Amino acid sequence: MRVAPRASYPARVRRRVSALERREHWWFLAFISPWIVGFLAYFLYPVIASLVLSFTRYNIVQPARWIGLDNYRTLLSDPVFWKSMQVTYEYAIVAIPLLMGAGLLLAVLLNVRVAGMRVIRTVFYLPSLIPQVSLALLFVWLLTPEFGLLNYALYMLLHVQGPDWLGDPRWTMPAVWLMSLWGVGSTMVLLLAGLQGVPKELYEASAIDGAGPWRQFRAITIPMISPVLFFLLITGVIGALQTFTNIYVLTGGGPDYATEFYNLYLYQNAFLFHKMGYASAQAWILFLMAIFWTVLLFRSAGRWVYYGGLNL
Amino acid sequence: MLQRGLSAVMPTGRRPLRRREGWVKLLALVILVPGALAVLAPFAWMVSVSFEHLHQLITFPPVLIPHPFTFAPWVQGFTSMPFLQYFANSLFVALMSVAGGCLSTSLAGYAFARLRFPHKNLVFFCVLSMMMIPSWVTLIPQFVLFKDLGWINTFYPLWVPQWFGVGAFFIFLFRQFFLTIPEDIFEAARLDGCGYLTSYTRILVPLSLPAFASSAILMFLAQWQDFVGPLIYINGYSKYTLPLALANMQATLGASPWNQIMAMAVLASIPPIVLFFVAQRYIITGIVVTQK
Repeated sequence: MRVAPRASYPARVRRRVSALERREHWWFLAFISPWIVGFLAYFLYPVIASLVLSFTRYNIVQPARWIGLDNYRTLLSDPVFWKSMQVTYEYAIVAIPLLMGAGLLLAVLLNVRVAGMRVIRTVFYLPSLIPQVSLALLFVWLLTPEFGLLNYALYMLLHVQGPDWLGDPRWTMPAVWLMSLWGVGSTMVLLLAGLQGVPKELYEASAIDGAGPWRQFRAITIPMISPVLFFLLITGVIGALQTFTNIYVLTGGGPDYATEFYNLYLYQNAFLFHKMGYASAQAWILFLMAIFWTVLLFRSAGRWVYYGGLNL
Repeated sequence: MLQRGLSAVMPTGRRPLRRREGWVKLLALVILVPGALAVLAPFAWMVSVSFEHLHQLITFPPVLIPHPFTFAPWVQGFTSMPFLQYFANSLFVALMSVAGGCLSTSLAGYAFARLRFPHKNLVFFCVLSMMMIPSWVTLIPQFVLFKDLGWINTFYPLWVPQWFGVGAFFIFLFRQFFLTIPEDIFEAARLDGCGYLTSYTRILVPLSLPAFASSAILMFLAQWQDFVGPLIYINGYSKYTLPLALANMQATLGASPWNQIMAMAVLASIPPIVLFFVAQRYIITGIVVTQK
């Protein structure tokens, strides 16, 4: 039995809110009150404040001074800013498809029922559990040209002398891609959950109709897991724009700005050079980029994301 | 139903399927096993380096199985810098965050799932917007705010915000979970004179322990490896958290004792890995539920 309609008030009747309902409203506010404080002080105020700061010169010690659009003008002619933009997108454009492709391949293969799959799945997920700083430090040592495991493996398997991964600007970005690929486990787990939600009947029916595995993959699997792919794409883009910790430890942005990611330059401006206003302008450009990509991807979703039958 | 019946009476349709499955299984193993070894090798090497003497590290080919085996890097790691203290710092911050995070986000999740409020969807949109916006956008004013509060070089900036529901993702997670609990239970409790707070403590929490477990673990994992927070707010050696101490090890020691660094990097990885093996189920469901 229902005491009161759950969803919302009938739109046309502007009746008086009963005392009971008012009590419910107050409880609603009480329950979300911690969040309201957090939202205002830790989110809404900082978002607006960083916009205001971006129009000022501010080094924390002296009061902020209004300089209008000067920070943005300087940014547009700052070669390191453009380099950081280039580096970030260079990373994203390779790492996101690489992670999604490898994650999908692994998930499809792991979805086959063979003994020992649980162990293999756990192994692939393991790197996602290691703290980013530990992981980056491991890679610093792994990638040392003379004593590192990677160049040793390259020498043993292919008989080639591996490059100076972190010292040669041409090889640092491939090293970063490689490191991101090592964390494919978290992508894989999500895709695997998506695959397991595809009804088996679809495959059986299409097999009777004569569809081969590739056709099934194209016509059933991909559409059925497209919401997961969409989710991964969005989080992948936002995540790539925010890359920081592993790069800070792995290269610190070098050599010769080869891995000067967007947020690394933002961090340096804000907390090393104390150019808080300048860094705030960078933060707001980051904000606009994130909105741009989110809106663009959501717009595209209607064309390729199928929300009909996902049953996670 | 119909398809299942069909495939049962049409064995011809199933047989090639099974043979094909055999090939797929073989292909799976051929790709997966070397792949798994490639993933495991760096990790095994990390552990092995942590049990080697420094001079064994700079040999070619790299020593894969430590011989002689030594605990020295671990002992030196704990003594050259107070890593036990850093471990405790990390644990303190993570546990305080988990406690506050679970409390504040589950209360909000309950309100969004079960209580009525005018324009509730608009308020919920604000929650979602917190999830979508990169944390770096808000970082600088937050820093100024905490500096004005005199909280620089304290743990407060790392865990206090969690008590105010800033983990919007978890509000979403709790709401999704709470929506699956039948409304009738709450109705019945309300008729018996159960208030909203009692409903939360006596009905919702006991019925949602898996959701709390998932959230607590995910919050712990996130906080445990947080680096940006400590990097910005902590500047005294004694207040370092594990990730910050690890990243600063070379600078602090003025040397690169890679065996010690790897030992302490393994140390930082132990709690998440143990947690994973103890509570694997909750981690996976927690990750998956949020996509719905």
